[in-house]
Amino acid sequence: MEKCYLMTAVVLLGLTVRWTVSLNSYSANLCTSCRYLLPGAGKPPMFGDYEAQRHWQEITINLPIKQWYFNGSDNNLQYWGLDYPPLTAYHSLLCAYVAKFINPDWIALHTSRGYESQAHKLFMRATVLIADLLIYIPAVVLYCCCLKEISTKKKIANALCILLYPGLILIDYGHFQYNSVSLGFALWGVLGVSYDWDLLGSLAFCLAINYKQMELYHSLPFFCFLLGKCFKKGLKGKGFVLLIKLACTVVASFILCWLPFFTEREQTLQVLRRLFPVDRGLFEDKVANIWCTFSVFLKIRDILPHHIQLMISFCFTFLSLLPACIKLTLHPSPRGFRFTLVSCALSFFLFSFQVHEKSILLVSLPVCLVLREIPFMSTWFLLVSTFSMLPLLLKDELLMPSVVTVIAFFIACATSFSIFEKTSEEELQLKSFSISVRKYFPCFTFLPRIIQHLYVGLLLPWPLPRSTGSGSAGPAAMAHGPSRSAACGIFLDRGMNPCPLHQQADSQPLCHQGSPEGHSFDSETSNLFIFIFIIT
Amino acid sequence: MAALGVATGGGNWFSALALGVTLLKCLLIPTYHSTDFEVHRNWLAITHSLPISQWYYEATSEWTLDYPPFFAWFEYALSHVAKYFDQEMLNVRNLNYCSSRTLLFQRFSVIFTDTLFVYAVHECCKCIDGKKAGRELTEKPKFILSVLLLWNFGLLIVDHIHFQYNGFLSGLMLLSIARLFQKRHMEGAFLFAVLLHFKHIYLYVAPAYGVYLLRSYCFTANKPDGSIRWNSFSFLRLISLGLIVFLVSALSLGPFLALNQLPQVFSRLFPFKRGLCHAYWAPNFWALYSALDKVLSVIGLELKFLDPSKIPKASMTSGLVQQFQHTVLPSVTPLATLICTLIAILPSIFCLWFKPQGPRGFLRCLILCALSSFMFGWHVHEKAILLAVLPMSLLSVGKAGDASIFLILTTTGHYSLFPLLFTAPEKKNLFLIGWKLSTSLAWGLWKSSVNLYSLSPLGS
Repeated sequence: MEKCYLMTAVVLLGLTVRWTVSLNSYSANLCTSCRYLLPGAGKPPMFGDYEAQRHWQEITINLPIKQWYFNGSDNNLQYWGLDYPPLTAYHSLLCAYVAKFINPDWIALHTSRGYESQAHKLFMRATVLIADLLIYIPAVVLYCCCLKEISTKKKIANALCILLYPGLILIDYGHFQYNSVSLGFALWGVLGVSYDWDLLGSLAFCLAINYKQMELYHSLPFFCFLLGKCFKKGLKGKGFVLLIKLACTVVASFILCWLPFFTEREQTLQVLRRLFPVDRGLFEDKVANIWCTFSVFLKIRDILPHHIQLMISFCFTFLSLLPACIKLTLHPSPRGFRFTLVSCALSFFLFSFQVHEKSILLVSLPVCLVLREIPFMSTWFLLVSTFSMLPLLLKDELLMPSVVTVIAFFIACATSFSIFEKTSEEELQLKSFSISVRKYFPCFTFLPRIIQHLYVGLLLPWPLPRSTGSGSAGPAAMAHGPSRSAACGIFLDRGMNPCPLHQQADSQPLCHQGSPEGHSFDSETSNLFIFIFIIT
Repeated sequence: MAALGVATGGGNWFSALALGVTLLKCLLIPTYHSTDFEVHRNWLAITHSLPISQWYYEATSEWTLDYPPFFAWFEYALSHVAKYFDQEMLNVRNLNYCSSRTLLFQRFSVIFTDTLFVYAVHECCKCIDGKKAGRELTEKPKFILSVLLLWNFGLLIVDHIHFQYNGFLSGLMLLSIARLFQKRHMEGAFLFAVLLHFKHIYLYVAPAYGVYLLRSYCFTANKPDGSIRWNSFSFLRLISLGLIVFLVSALSLGPFLALNQLPQVFSRLFPFKRGLCHAYWAPNFWALYSALDKVLSVIGLELKFLDPSKIPKASMTSGLVQQFQHTVLPSVTPLATLICTLIAILPSIFCLWFKPQGPRGFLRCLILCALSSFMFGWHVHEKAILLAVLPMSLLSVGKAGDASIFLILTTTGHYSLFPLLFTAPEKKNLFLIGWKLSTSLAWGLWKSSVNLYSLSPLGS
């Protein structure tokens, strides 16, 4: 009973934080009557993401379904054209029906462009909150309640930390988006396949992909895990049946979502063109991935032709996620699945084509799921991921909520997981990595201390806003000179070893259950290290 | 950040709670604020720009200074920090001036002064007996009390949204209570005297202090059956208490006495022209009385018992602050409310005098005084319920019976604060959430405390 009350209190605290962040204003003068302006508000002609969502409601309710993704006199694709899969469009349509019931002016065709009023803002914020409440938050609560081998208190603390993750709150309730829907569906998918409800899990994940195509970052781990399960059950018996059932579920869910767009080939192609804008280039704006960082030294975007860029990013992405996926297919387990989600999402984020800075949320969700296993590294990563979105948040004048939510999240994690105490090699899941390095450098015993000092050192300048000035793509990459180079110095020798991952995988003895997964996911932790050092 | 982590890790839950609520307060900075925001800006301007002789006479703005002198000095001190934020806010002529820096300064000043409240809560936790607590953190009375006080939902709305400085004032009150619990009576008396000169609403609970200090401090010993032992009266203690009160009052009112402004100061402090009920009715007896009067007058008009021409024009439900005559029932004068209040507090005062039960008895009497004054007082604000709710938290972690009363009091009291959030429904949404948060928390914690205390009968 007490657990219910505490969990309710945690959920309500999460909702309170979300709602207070959504109250923030974005104009310079906080005391004007337009107190609740949103990003890009009052900034014609394009306004911001808020206007994009409102515009999609306008389009979906006023135009027939065949015109949603096409350029036309009523639908100017240059002005926030729909570029998410059909489920987003249906969601917008649903919201539009409610909006029509309350005040048709909000979604009147053409005349409602740039519409801003207090009541409308309340409505839009409410749609985000309701979507969160119905999809994401129950998934988080259920996930934490189903965790095994930990006390009730730890489960509730885990839920608190996940719900307080600042990145998602600031983007959804500050910048204005509906990431909680797609991430929520993905989380339901994770829950389903982890607890052997494979069909429901894959259905949920298909819904996630059909809501935002970026969820494809998570698709490979799902595929490998389910394939691995089928192999384990035996491809000649139950496994084959499962495989067929899964295939049918996926196909059926895609058909259901895309049904109106399958009537004509041109419809399908146009939607795909809108979803995957390969013309847009390797990256845009500032994003904490490899290409953007590399462009500080070498302007790849300008040197290489388009199709080469595409091929290079594809190759790097594919190569970096291959080891973890193969491992997962051969030895499927829920724990391995979670770590592979982290690894694959991170590979996509670092190497993929046209990555937006908000895509870090796709990595953050799986990291939240491994929070209790490697609390120190996960907390560090989640803080840094929020920091990586800082230019975007500063543009929306969200500095105060960012700082406050980050501190709150840090306190929640520090109190719940005692992160500073659990920094031995064993607890950081880096034992076998350290052992293999020590084969070449016997004095390499100081890894945990370095990590601790780096963490403290790198976190110190957190509240200072980065200059968002000149077009130079990776100013953040150049910051924290001494500590960064020190960190890179340590790991450069790792890079000299041609295939450390391969070596680790081979050196494991045949097994009892816990250990092999622990070692083979050192690759993921190492990926995390590299990522953190690059983007900080 | 690392220091924060170390401080809050390792089980230092009090710091985590205090920091957590401070962060929530920072998030509430851009929310709606009431005219009280302008009131305090005006007082900053008055105390900064004008000489003392003008403070209680200045009337450029409708929000004249109506708190005792210590609060005026407090605003004066704040204004010296304010000038680094925005010089313009200190201009008396800048009515309704509200730049972003002004907002930031004012909000941060409330958050900063709440430090005293946090300290007071820390002292109160020391007074709670936690020896019988279970090992679970959420079952410890200290933890429950800290949550109930630090995260008090009413205080959050009134102070950090509506905008007032009740945090540090309540901190002073809780600190004086804690000192009395710790048998440091002189300090307790001093703190309460200071508090009275910050905000005179605390006169509501002055009888409890007076009687308790007289009975349990000036009379140093009791007879075996608990009744008063007249020959144990310590004149010295009485004199020292009197001296403390006198010195504090002299410090506060002295300058105005010298300027012959005392009548003006008192007329500002006790504005009886404001009417029986505030613009938004506090849920007290007079609200029911006025409602009944309204109902009867409507019935009377319908049944033609009343002559429409004789009904006074001013209506109590118009939301204005003014004097008013009742239609059917007899009109209420300030003296009548005083008499009703005195009658209501008499039983608890009697108990405190004839059967003193130590600091717990004092606390109970204090709460009853606060509630009685809330019920029958003249021109009571709904915010005055906080005077009863906060000390009640101290009692509620002691006894199961008190906890159930506390739950009802806090739920209804906080609900009655909702009209303070006079804006778009989004505010109401937030507060529904916050209300549910506090209710479910209180319920859950009460449940655990009931389990804890059902076995051990606690004295008083």
